[in-house]
Amino acid sequence: MKCRVCKGPAVIDVRRHNAAFCRDHFVHHCDEQVRRAIHSHKMLEPGERVLVAVSGGKDSLALWEILVRLGYEADGLYLGLGIGDYSDVSGRHTRAFAEQLGRRLLEVDLAADYGYGIPEAAEATRRSPCGSCGLSKRHLFNSAANEHGYDVVATGHNLDDEAAVLLGNVLRWDTGYLGRQHPVLPAAPGFVRKVKPLVRLGERETAAYCVLRGIDYQVEECPMAAGNRHLGYKEVLNALEDRSPGSKAAFLFGFIERGHERFAGDAEIERDDLGECTVCGAPTPGDVCAFCRLRVQVGALEAPPGDSVPVRLEVR
Amino acid sequence: MKVVLRNPRREVEVDGPITVQALLRRLDLSPESVLVIVGDELVTHDVKLADHAAVEIRPVISGGSPGVAA
Repeated sequence: MKCRVCKGPAVIDVRRHNAAFCRDHFVHHCDEQVRRAIHSHKMLEPGERVLVAVSGGKDSLALWEILVRLGYEADGLYLGLGIGDYSDVSGRHTRAFAEQLGRRLLEVDLAADYGYGIPEAAEATRRSPCGSCGLSKRHLFNSAANEHGYDVVATGHNLDDEAAVLLGNVLRWDTGYLGRQHPVLPAAPGFVRKVKPLVRLGERETAAYCVLRGIDYQVEECPMAAGNRHLGYKEVLNALEDRSPGSKAAFLFGFIERGHERFAGDAEIERDDLGECTVCGAPTPGDVCAFCRLRVQVGALEAPPGDSVPVRLEVR
Repeated sequence: MKVVLRNPRREVEVDGPITVQALLRRLDLSPESVLVIVGDELVTHDVKLADHAAVEIRPVISGGSPGVAA
């Protein structure tokens, strides 16, 4: 195969675009896709301070590097999840990369700072570990950004992640989640803006970007995610993509352009009338936020007086 | 040729020469879900792999919580 741009030998093909690229033009392609996502969805403004949620995996490290190369003031936030060797290795990859990039890395450790790890949370809630993990991440990314004065949190969700989440939301017709599923979640009282600049890149592209840029990411998959529903959705979508390249992008971008707005009202209802958590001050529809409820349930926090409702885990 | 697969890490022997596309088909792998690396280089699906090539097939699918991607 030959590079679509320079006709030199290609190293990666992207069937969705019916194109192949050499190393340099593939890196340029990735930059352009991120630039286009940021511009078309008004994700970031020049001069804004960006906090990138980094896990040591391919997507978040690629995102961090691309944002810095595009000139954004982007620092990293690493969350230690307490998942044994997996977390030890992910932390090492993240710290080494932060040093290589020359950017600040904030760290939060669930066990040391909040008294539990994801395995303990999964055991206490008797639910999928991914539910506790997602809840913890959403809360702590937002609180860290608020605490350290960042304007926006950027996550490494890619096209495949978003298409899989969309499929799950559609299969359940979860209109509140459909109304919130967008590359940009605007800021609201107590919430910083959240953006997904990799939404135009598939995960095969972010992995290839890392290999071609020499980014040493954690290849091993989280041991607690094996067999989860999200991975099942990705397998289904990849089977469609094999037969009909471009299906995932058409599904996701069609929703963003023509479907999302129809559900936006359902999401707004859910965000109305939020008060402050009596324990930590985070925005919440009840007295105590879901994160603090999780800490109570796992035994890391004493139950606030009169509060006995178990945590509701979001399973998008 | 020796082919290294990941998650879990294992090795299989496959007779070459063979194209990347045919190799993935033989191993029943979706081209969308992996990268094929020879030495330190990525290769496209039309490349014919020599019998002595050292090949890594690296999965690219990550799952887990929707709070953050990999």
